[in-house]
Amino acid sequence: MSSQAQGGALPPLSRDWFRGRAWRDHFRRDSALPGFGLTLGVSLFYLSLVVLVPLSATFLKSFAFGWETFWQAATAPRVLASYRVSFGCALLAALVNLGFGLLVAWVLVRYRFPGRRVLDALVDLPFALPTAVAGIALTALYAPKGWLGSHAAALGWKIAFTPVGIVIALVFIGLPFVVRTVQPVLETLEPALEEAAATLGASRLTTFRRVLLPALLPALLTGFAMAFARGLGEYGSVIFIAGNMPMVSEVAPLLIITKLEQYDYTGATAIAVTLLVVSFVMLLAINLLQAWTRRAGERR
Amino acid sequence: MSAASNPVITETRGVRVLLIALACLFLGVVLVLPLAVVVGEALAKGLGAWWAAIDEPNALAALRLTLTAAAIAVPANLVFGVCAAWAVAKFEFKGKQLLITLIDLPFAVSPVIAGLIYVLLFGAHGWFGPALAAHDLKVIFAVPGIVLATVFVTFPFVARELIPVMQAQGSDEEEVAATLGASGWQTFWRVTLPNIKWALLYGVILCNARAMGEFGAVSVVSGHIRGLTNTLPLHVEILYNEYNFVAAFATASLLMLLALITLVLKSLVEARAAAAARAAHKAREHNS
Repeated sequence: MSSQAQGGALPPLSRDWFRGRAWRDHFRRDSALPGFGLTLGVSLFYLSLVVLVPLSATFLKSFAFGWETFWQAATAPRVLASYRVSFGCALLAALVNLGFGLLVAWVLVRYRFPGRRVLDALVDLPFALPTAVAGIALTALYAPKGWLGSHAAALGWKIAFTPVGIVIALVFIGLPFVVRTVQPVLETLEPALEEAAATLGASRLTTFRRVLLPALLPALLTGFAMAFARGLGEYGSVIFIAGNMPMVSEVAPLLIITKLEQYDYTGATAIAVTLLVVSFVMLLAINLLQAWTRRAGERR
Repeated sequence: MSAASNPVITETRGVRVLLIALACLFLGVVLVLPLAVVVGEALAKGLGAWWAAIDEPNALAALRLTLTAAAIAVPANLVFGVCAAWAVAKFEFKGKQLLITLIDLPFAVSPVIAGLIYVLLFGAHGWFGPALAAHDLKVIFAVPGIVLATVFVTFPFVARELIPVMQAQGSDEEEVAATLGASGWQTFWRVTLPNIKWALLYGVILCNARAMGEFGAVSVVSGHIRGLTNTLPLHVEILYNEYNFVAAFATASLLMLLALITLVLKSLVEARAAAAARAAHKAREHNS
């Protein structure tokens, strides 16, 4: 293998770049291990086939409509209302999870009590439980005749079949994201910092606010962003409890399906592309937040 | 000294008990009550009714289809995950970070959109729709579409578990094996695989749970033809929408059982992986 790649500098593009193995040396540094071409080739082929080509085709399809048609379909009143429901409920649910997720992570990491390990394992339930099962279970729980819904009904509150029900479903779906991003950071936090704060006379609450919270902030925001992003696209757990009233409790993913069932491919694609753009922005934000979390971890 | 046992940096007993109670109450309402409801509703008319809902041709056909989809999607994503992790962890190349981000892409996409993109490609009005129809092939509203949608939503699971583990382990051991004359396959089977087996298993367990439980993506491409293109989660939806609650929750209880088994396996694998990591750490300290 070429020696010029050994130093880390990549060779410049040349005319016989594609001949021999020059192209490989251009993209990677030398390694004693085999299989680079095979594994990267399989990965890129499969990634393109399953993910990249179908996603790009969707974007191409929406370009084919022309801007006017796309904009009309993506900003129709019922569509705008569905964005409001999806964004609003996902935001509220992520905020609830921000608080309670921190509480759960704190209790699981800092305290020892009977049943802790079971609760810890149970936090992943929303990842493992099929969303349709979560959806019908939450509906049965919060419906006006359900175990909790009947008590709420006695107080005059309606939970299921309103946007409140959507928020509850999204709290269920998003909880593990916050807990599982905060937990490892909390575990590796040095006690010395808190001891120093205590020695300097800070109360426990002050230490939490001024020392712990800043250290946990990157992880908290990452978990928040992940829970929010997941909530935006959630369908299975939401549609049973939402009531799905157009303009009131209809989420954007459901509207995509409704449009598809009416053979309104333009409408469905326009909503999908809008949501995809938001998802990509969220993915970028999450990546930046994760990098920030890692850097904060290295500084400690 | 761990933070939990250091009196200077822990809370008073009262605060501790309050916080634990609050967390338990929250988890109880959010996580445990839904599970209890599924069991309660599934057994509302007794074990006989529960069994009747499961031992029924459409439910069994749905179970078969769910298992089929998972049996294709999980191995496919396993092979991809190992390949991607090998390329990313063992080599330095341009665009690596972009590749890692792209692998995560399916997690960022709404399941409904995951189904939609295949409808736009292979549906009757899709790019390849007319070509498929000319050859009498069906992807959408048929089993291949369900498999494709399942592959898409479970795409990143194995890769994203393996990549950080393999990156952390480095390539020293593999390089020694290669220097001693081992072939690429020997190096992988004898050196790499034993090191990554727990992470691999972990990824497969999560991948399988999602493959069997996927609802949104599969719902878009399925067409809901009973006995033919219904998976278990879709079967639950149909029964529920027909107000056949006992049967819906009985089927749901099967899926819940799958989720609980997944959680138990996951905890076991995590414990084994932690033990293996501790043993490896000890061995390294012993050697140095």
